[in-house]
Amino acid sequence: MLDQLFRAMRQSIIDGAPDMATELAQQALANGVDPLEAVNQGFAVGIAFAGDQFGCGEMFLPDLLMSAEAMKAAIKILEPEMLKRGSRREALGKIVLGTARGDIHDIGKNLVATILSASGFQIFDLGTSVTPEQFVAKAKEVDADIVGVSALLTTTMAGQKAVIEALDRNGLRPRVKAIIGGAAVTSKWAAEIGADGFSRNAIDALELAKNLMGKGTALA
Amino acid sequence: MRPSIQLLSAELIGRILREAFELLMSPGVRVGSAVVELLRSAGVEVGVAASDGVARIPESLVRQCLASAPRDFYLYNRQGEKAVHYGGDDVHFDPGSCCVQMLDPDTLEARPSETRDLVRIVQVTETLPQFAAQSTAVVCNDAPSAIGDLYRLLVVLQHSDKPVVTGSFSAAGLQGMIDLLAADSGSPDKLRQQPRAVFDVCPSPPLNWSEFGSHNLLDLARAGVPAEIVAMPLAGGTAPVTLAGSVTQHAAEVLAGIALHQLAGPGSPVVWGGAPAIFDMRTGGAPMGAVETAMLNMACAEVGKHLGLPTHGYLVATDSKFVDAQAGAESGRSAMLGALAGINMISGAGMLESLACFSVEKLVIDAEWIASAQRLARGIEVRGEEVRGDDVRRESLATAMFAQTGLSGEFLKLKETRALFRLEQYLPSPVIDRSARGSEPPSDVSTRARTLVDELVSKYQKPPLPEDVLRKFQAIVDRDADRAGVATALPRN
Repeated sequence: MLDQLFRAMRQSIIDGAPDMATELAQQALANGVDPLEAVNQGFAVGIAFAGDQFGCGEMFLPDLLMSAEAMKAAIKILEPEMLKRGSRREALGKIVLGTARGDIHDIGKNLVATILSASGFQIFDLGTSVTPEQFVAKAKEVDADIVGVSALLTTTMAGQKAVIEALDRNGLRPRVKAIIGGAAVTSKWAAEIGADGFSRNAIDALELAKNLMGKGTALA
Repeated sequence: MRPSIQLLSAELIGRILREAFELLMSPGVRVGSAVVELLRSAGVEVGVAASDGVARIPESLVRQCLASAPRDFYLYNRQGEKAVHYGGDDVHFDPGSCCVQMLDPDTLEARPSETRDLVRIVQVTETLPQFAAQSTAVVCNDAPSAIGDLYRLLVVLQHSDKPVVTGSFSAAGLQGMIDLLAADSGSPDKLRQQPRAVFDVCPSPPLNWSEFGSHNLLDLARAGVPAEIVAMPLAGGTAPVTLAGSVTQHAAEVLAGIALHQLAGPGSPVVWGGAPAIFDMRTGGAPMGAVETAMLNMACAEVGKHLGLPTHGYLVATDSKFVDAQAGAESGRSAMLGALAGINMISGAGMLESLACFSVEKLVIDAEWIASAQRLARGIEVRGEEVRGDDVRRESLATAMFAQTGLSGEFLKLKETRALFRLEQYLPSPVIDRSARGSEPPSDVSTRARTLVDELVSKYQKPPLPEDVLRKFQAIVDRDADRAGVATALPRN
C-alpha cells in the first residue's frame, strides 16, 4: 500500500504533474505517512530519476522543468507538517544565485534555481543584473555555502570575475564557493577568474553543487 | 526568373502582423527611460514602473512610423561608391559578429580573440568578393574593454574600404563610433548622406527595449546612421515555442523598435533584422545551425519584406566547435536558404559554436557556400547578348550551338563556351576539391582553407588613409579612452 503510494509519487514527478503530486502529498498526510519518508522514498526519487533521464537525453528541459514544478508543489504541502514534526528536510546547502551586473538574461539562472531547489538546496535568487556588493551582502546575510553567477553575454562575463573578487575581498572564500554558468562560459574562464566550478546546464549545476557541498574541493 | 522560397502565405503574414500589433498593446513593450518622453509626446501610454516602464503602442502610430521608414538605402565604401543595397530582393553577406574566441588552426582550441585576429579576418574579408561588407567580427581582448566597441570599429576602418556592419556595447560607446565614422567620411553630414556603416541594435526578448537598446535607437535615428534592429526570440525559451509564434513576437519587437526609431528621426534608415533561433531543449542554447533557425530567419524577413522594409538575418553559422562536416552542412544550407529568401544582409559567416567562436578558415569555406548560394539565386538565365558575333542567333538556347557542332560534340571549341562559362558556372576557390586523385595524397578542406587564408592575407593590401583622418581617429580614441579612464593605444599594423 505504502509502496504503491511512493511509486505514484515518483511517477507524478517524472510525469511533471503538479496537481497529481499535490494530491498524493495530501493523501500521504491524511493517512499519517511521515512527510519526510514521502519525500525521500517518493518524490525525491522521482526528481533524481528525471535528472538522470535528462542527463542521458531521454528527457528535455520542458519535461525537467515540469518535474521540478511538481516537486515544488509536493514540498509545499508536506513542509508545514515536517516543520511541525521537527523533521524538516535538511537543506543540501544554501545557494545565492543571480545574473552578473548588466545582464538581464535569466533563463539559465532560473533553470538552475528550479532544479537545485527541487533537489533540496535552499535558493536565494537575487534576480538579474546583480552587483558584486549585493551578492556579498546576501551571502553574509544567509550564511551561504555557494554563490552562483550567471552571464549570457561575453560583455557581462567580467561581472562574474567582479563577484569572485568581491567575495575574496570580504574574506568569504574559500568557505563560500563561487560557481559560474552561461552560454559563453568555459572551464578556462572559470579557472582564469578562480571560480570553484562552472556548469553547462542545470543538471551539471546540481552535480557541481552536490560535489562542492560533499567534498568542498575545487572542481575548476 | 529569380528563384525564391516563401514559407508564409499572405494570409498567415496578415495574422502574424495582427497579433504582433495586439502584443504591442497587451502585454505592451518594456522601454528604457530614454524614450518615455518621446513616446508620451506621441500620445503613447507608458506605465511608471520602478525601472523600465511598459508602453502600449497603438497600431495607428506604428503604421505612421512604418510609412516614414525608407524602403531602401545604400551603404557606401570609402571611395563613396554604392556598395550594399538594403532593399528589394538584393542579397549580401558579411562575417558574423561578435565573438570573444578564436579557433586556433594549429591547436584546434578556442582562445581569446585579439587585435591580430580581427585584422586577419578583415584582411581576408577584404579580398573576398562574396562579402559585400565587413563586420566588427571579434572582441579584441588585448584592448581596453571600456572602449572595446570603438576599438573594433577603428581596426576595421584602418584595414578596409568596404562598408561595415557593427554595433556598440554601451549607450556611451555609440557616440565615439559615430564620430569615428564621420571622421572617416569627412563630416557628420557626409556620413548621413553616404553612410558607410549600419549599427545592430537589439531588443531583449520578450518585448523589451532596454535602456541601452532604446538609447541606441534614438541616437542612431538622430545621427541619421542606419540602424539594424536585430530581434532574437528563442522559440520555446524566450518566445513562443511555435515558429509562427516566434515570428509574431519578432515582428512585435521590431515594430516597436521602428516606432521608437522613426519617432526620434523620421526617415532615418532602419532595417528589419534579426537573429531568431530555436531554443535547444537539451542544452538550453540557441542552435544557429538548426534548420528551424534558418526557417525563423526566412519567415521573419518575409514579414519585413511584406512591409516593404530592408531586411537582415543571421545565417551561415554553425553549432559545431570545429570546421567539420557539421559546420559545412549547417552553414552551407542556411546560406542557400537565406539567399533564396532574398534577405538583404546575411550575417554569420565564419562563426562556430553557436556564435561563441570565430574561425577565419571557416570564413573562406563559407565564402564558397555563399558564392554557390549567390549563383543559385541568379537562377537559370537565357543568354546570347554576351556573345558578340554575326553568326550567333541570340534567342537560341541550344540550336545555334548545335548548328555549329552538329553531332561532333565539340562544345569546348565554341566561342559561346569560352564567352559564357564564367557567367554560367561559379568557379570555386582551391578550398573546393574537384580534382581527380593524383600522386599527391589528398588534403581535407580545413587544410586547404588554411593555405588559402595565408594566400589571401599575403595578397591583401592595406588601404592608404590620409594623415588628417588618422589624426582625427587618434583624437577620438584618446578622448574616449580618457573618459573611460584607460590607457590609449592605436592598434599598429
